[in-house]
Amino acid sequence: MEILYVLIPLGLLLVGFGLWAFFWAAGDGQFDDLDSPGWTVLEDDAPRAPPAANERPDEAPPR
Amino acid sequence: MTVAGTPCFHCGEPIPRGLVIHARISGRDEPVCCHGCKAVAEFITGAGLGDYYRYRDASSSRADETPRPDRWAAYDRPELVERLTRAEPNGARSITVLLEGLRCAACSWLADKALSLQSGVLDVSVNPATARARLVWDPARVRLGDLLRVLEHVGLRPHPLAGEPSEQLALLERRSALKRLAVAGFGNMQVMMFAVPLYFGDAGGMDPAMREYMRLVSMLVSIPVALYAGWPFYQGAWHALRARSISMDVPVSLGIVLAFVASVWNALRGQGEVYFDSVTMFVFFLGLGRYIEMIARHRAGSVADALARLAPVTARRLRNGQAEDVQAVELAVGDELLVRTGEVFAADGVVIEGDGRVDESMLTGESAAIAKPPGAPVHQGTQNLAAPLKVRVAAVAGQTVLSGIVALLERAQAERPRLAKAADHAAAWFLSRILVGAAIVFAVWWYVDPSRAFSATLAVLVVTCPCALSLATPTALAAATASLARRGVLVAHTDAIETLSKATHVLWDKTGTLTKGLVRVEEVRPLAGLSAEQALAWAGALEQMSEHPIARAFLASGKPVAAASGVEVHAGRGLAGRVDGRQLRIGTRAFAAELQAGQAGGAPPASVPGGDATEESWVYLGGEQGLLAAFRLTDPLRPEARDCVAGLAALGLHSEIASGDEAATVARVAARCGIDTHAARLAPADKLARLKQLQSGGAIVVAIGDGINDAPLLRGADVAIAMGRGSALAQTSADLILVRDSLEDLPHTALLARRTQRVIRQNLAWSIGYNLAALPLAALGFVPPWLAAIGMSLSSVVVVLNAMRLSRGAPPRRRPEWPATPQPEVA
Repeated sequence: MEILYVLIPLGLLLVGFGLWAFFWAAGDGQFDDLDSPGWTVLEDDAPRAPPAANERPDEAPPR
Repeated sequence: MTVAGTPCFHCGEPIPRGLVIHARISGRDEPVCCHGCKAVAEFITGAGLGDYYRYRDASSSRADETPRPDRWAAYDRPELVERLTRAEPNGARSITVLLEGLRCAACSWLADKALSLQSGVLDVSVNPATARARLVWDPARVRLGDLLRVLEHVGLRPHPLAGEPSEQLALLERRSALKRLAVAGFGNMQVMMFAVPLYFGDAGGMDPAMREYMRLVSMLVSIPVALYAGWPFYQGAWHALRARSISMDVPVSLGIVLAFVASVWNALRGQGEVYFDSVTMFVFFLGLGRYIEMIARHRAGSVADALARLAPVTARRLRNGQAEDVQAVELAVGDELLVRTGEVFAADGVVIEGDGRVDESMLTGESAAIAKPPGAPVHQGTQNLAAPLKVRVAAVAGQTVLSGIVALLERAQAERPRLAKAADHAAAWFLSRILVGAAIVFAVWWYVDPSRAFSATLAVLVVTCPCALSLATPTALAAATASLARRGVLVAHTDAIETLSKATHVLWDKTGTLTKGLVRVEEVRPLAGLSAEQALAWAGALEQMSEHPIARAFLASGKPVAAASGVEVHAGRGLAGRVDGRQLRIGTRAFAAELQAGQAGGAPPASVPGGDATEESWVYLGGEQGLLAAFRLTDPLRPEARDCVAGLAALGLHSEIASGDEAATVARVAARCGIDTHAARLAPADKLARLKQLQSGGAIVVAIGDGINDAPLLRGADVAIAMGRGSALAQTSADLILVRDSLEDLPHTALLARRTQRVIRQNLAWSIGYNLAALPLAALGFVPPWLAAIGMSLSSVVVVLNAMRLSRGAPPRRRPEWPATPQPEVA
């Protein structure tokens, strides 16, 4: 059972890493919106520019 | 062709019978209910965003088609935009926009895509939970006004938020709560893992060194849970104590602190029992309950949101004869404003030039337009419907009538927790008894055996730690809140669940709750070989010159193709004017038929409806050749209203209508819904009086409303319910919000409230019983350590599991679509 003296700190280290990752994700806004990103995989490629309300179609879209 | 029963492709509302408008969607003609929806649907698919219709799971809002001037011109002016928005790196700007009509994830996808396709947009993040979008754009390449126009084109009305910091604050609050919850959750899992061998080790013998080690590791993991995750409880308790009161946070904090300190003490000295598992579980479950409640509160929206929706952020100021766009907050008393047709007043003032008509429904609930000659007062948040007005500002933000209402609501919200106070009172009572009991135990043991006094007292405090007791109510409420949220019922104040379970009466405001609250053209019956389109177009051309509420029904369903000239208003009868070179009349049947030269009273065609009980809902268009068309106008009853009233009655809730509408209309709606008691023509104060009358008779009253004029009623009610598409102010004063704008869920909500109450009672009985049983044993020093630990955890686990029963077993809910069979509803 002495192996526990090593395994438990290792486990705690993993938990610490998990918490750090969670904190980073929360701070980065990853949990602010849990619904809409799921839809992005469904969208088709090659979107066209909307027909109205955009007077500068010559410029390349920024993203 | 009649497409009765087919819902509108865009908004899902029924299409008026006899009207044929089609939107061209991916090569197919789809039926829509009006030109507004046609324009939105075609814009969405034309922009390559047609997938929206495949993925959405809630119908869109009906497109607003009333011709309105460009609201966004002010946002095209760089110097104004600079003051309204925030600077980002590289010269970019950012702003947060509240999106009205954002219902589901597909809506937010739509907003995101439509904006991302614009050149010059650097970043868009849309949050469907809070209906907000944050835009970052390059002002050198695109104007903010254009982006707002795009949003309006796809049917999501944007409201730029000036009070952005509060939104930012809410976001930070959510993130911080999530982090604390994660610490508590992770910590709790770890400690539980160590607790299991400790329990079994106690029972079956364990290497003392290993036992020591496990206890110290548990302590290490529990420290961040108790200190970081539990911090909000200590803060709440400290605030309560400083205000010389005892809130639920006080016993919670005391429980956490006592159990934790005792455990740390025992872990460090290597004997006695540790309760780290209970402490972490306690913090985690309480934190979870608070987190769910906070999310619901944030979604329900703040008073600041309500203001943002009602009052414009910009205004057009006249200075030396020059009009300039300025921020509403820059206005001062004495400024002169130019308010164009369709614009909303940014401040209270007095008309100095122009002869206007103003829609004050958001303040008074009166839907007919009010004439505003020079000298008449106008109010912030009301809408100018007719001629452009010059207005001298009399009161600015903070002193206006609207801000007065908002301030009233804010105060009402702050004073809200009636039942929470009762719960706190009970906790304080329990707490004081425990403390007294602990003191007696200490005194007795000190007399009997001083060496055991401390441990016995600690055992009493820890064993009776009101963990299960404090968890009993919040966990049940959290489970119920989460279950309701999944069904589209937002609980803004959780104590409303408790009150709802005891409610005896339901007071309905008819318009917008039992009915849809929108007068619409339900049926077009063209006569004399006219097409329905043509009839609607002519009617619309005439009606666009009127501000009568009926006129809006026409403006919302047909596009005026021609300008009308020489329009005269015949009060109480209708309108007359020239359209397309024809003399036309619209109004009552006699009025419309009179135009037929010299043949007043001539026999109308057999197909002309009228003369029966529903006559008042028919409007007629007449020309020189006689009657041209008949239109049936209704404020349609919600299809689920009758079932809802019946469902509530089955639960013993007596429904009653208190409406400001005409007696005949109210009586008809009441009959169709199966409601016996109804009162008509009530002013908001009368509704409140009726409410007080019921309450003084011992009734616990649920009020359901949707308008700002219902706000006093909602505020006075024991439980206030607002409709999801109702005014923002009504929602702000509501306890429950029916987000899906359907009454379907109401009986279930009432039922769930009762089940919740039952679970709370079971939980309280269990935890009080456990504490009462454990207290004398602990006081006598008979509770073995392992039993104390297991008992304490088990009492909490039982409570939590019992509460979780509430989140399952909900009957499957019908999708929010129009029923397949057409149901002709007349209100």
